[in-house]
Formats: sequence, structure tokens, C-alpha cells
Amino acid sequence: MTPFYEIAVGIVLVVGSIFSLIATIGLLRLKDVYMRMHAGSKAGTLGSGLMLIALAVHAGEVDVLTRALAGVVFFLLTAPVAAHLLAKAAYQAGYQPCSDTHIDEMADEPK
Amino acid sequence: MTGLFLINILLALAWGAVTGSFAEVNLFFGFVLGMMALYIIREQVGSDRYLRRFWQIGTLALLFIYELVLSALRVAAIVLRPKIDLKPGIIAYPLTVDRDFEITMLANLITLTPGTLSVDVSDDRRTLYVHCIDVPDKQATIDDIKNGFERKILEAFR
Repeated sequence: MTPFYEIAVGIVLVVGSIFSLIATIGLLRLKDVYMRMHAGSKAGTLGSGLMLIALAVHAGEVDVLTRALAGVVFFLLTAPVAAHLLAKAAYQAGYQPCSDTHIDEMADEPK
Repeated sequence: MTGLFLINILLALAWGAVTGSFAEVNLFFGFVLGMMALYIIREQVGSDRYLRRFWQIGTLALLFIYELVLSALRVAAIVLRPKIDLKPGIIAYPLTVDRDFEITMLANLITLTPGTLSVDVSDDRRTLYVHCIDVPDKQATIDDIKNGFERKILEAFR
């Protein structure tokens, strides 16, 4: 583990944490459930992914690397599905999008 | 197609047996070597379709990661702005792909790309409802998806 690696791992770790923090701030600041899902699904996924990759590089072993990469892949697979289902469930439960929403073509869908 | 993939794995295992090491890195190297071997005999066994598909799936994955980074940056820019002033909306996206796993894949890709989140698929599988965090021009968003991800998916899986 050379100093170069140490610094690179540190930077990736910090950037990943910043993205996770941004996801959290987004949850607090955005207006309705659908917009919050954007922050959670994207910035959150990238943040966790970056931190897992930093961990894999830091450990420097193949079995840790494969496990971390599997973790990243599962994040990429599950985060969109979870966000999609939450949005769908919220819509069906009757959560109206916030008042700034200017198009809602789903309202016209025949039930 | 699947047969060639199995042959490729078999070649990787053979490489592992010959070199006496079944470590992950060595098996991966064997897999790449097997691919090269299949490339050399592409005219005899018709493997160029298989290799081209590998390439297309690879570029799709890269595009996906690139878009994910872009979208996270964009969400970050929106969230950190002092005043959040957006025009969100739910738009109906007419689907060209019609197989279930292609729709699933497109919906997932849309969710991880800048400013869009798939909400629902209509019952007849023709329309995907997409929530956009900022949609000044609906048609531009639809064209973006049509010419980006949907075309890539059609190229990789048809």
C-alpha cells in the first residue's frame, strides 16, 4: 500500500460520503416524495458505490474486491427498483405531486 | 449464442487446468484468451455476433455508469442551490421496446439517469410514466431517452 493508494482511497471515500450527505440534504429540502426519490436513488447509489470501491482498493485482496463489486452491482440493480416501487406505491396511495408539478399525464390514464 | 458463451467458459476452465491455477484473475485471463480464440475462428463458427454482443453490453454498462455520475452531480447541483426552483412533471413515454426484461432494463436505466424516475408502466405495456425533476420541454426529454438508452438496448438485445 503506497502513499499514492492511501491518498486515492481517502479521496474516493470522502467524495462518496459527500454524495451520501447530498442525498440526505436532498431528502430534507426537496418538496414532494417523487422529487426526494431522485436524490435518494441517484446520489445515494453513487455515494455508497464509491465508498465500497474505496474499501475494495484499500483491502487489496481479490475476495474482498469481488464482494465489494457484487455489492456495487446489487446497489445498481436494487436502488432503481426500490425507488420505482416507492413512487408507484405513493402514487397509487393518492399522494399528489407538489403544486409546482405542471404536467401529470398519469392522471389521464384510464383506470 | 448461449452455446458459444458456454464454450468460452469451458476454454477458461481449460486454461485454468493447463496453467494449474484456478485463481479468479487467471480464470478471467483464460476467458479473455478464449474470446480471442473465438475471434480467430469467427468465420467457421459464426462467433462475431456473440463477440459484438459482448461489446455492445459492455458499452451499455459504461454509458450507464457515466450517466449515473452525471445524474448524481446534477442532483447535487439542484439540492445545494440556495433556492430550489424547479418544474417537475410526470410525462408519458411511448415505449418502442416490448419485451418484459427490456422494459425493466429501460425503466432501471431511466431511474438512474439525470432528472428522471420511472413511476409506472401502463397495463398494455405501451407507455412508461416517468417523473422528471425538471421538465421545461417534454418532447426534448422523450427524444433524449429514445436516442440514448432505448436505441442502445435495442442494439444490444435484438
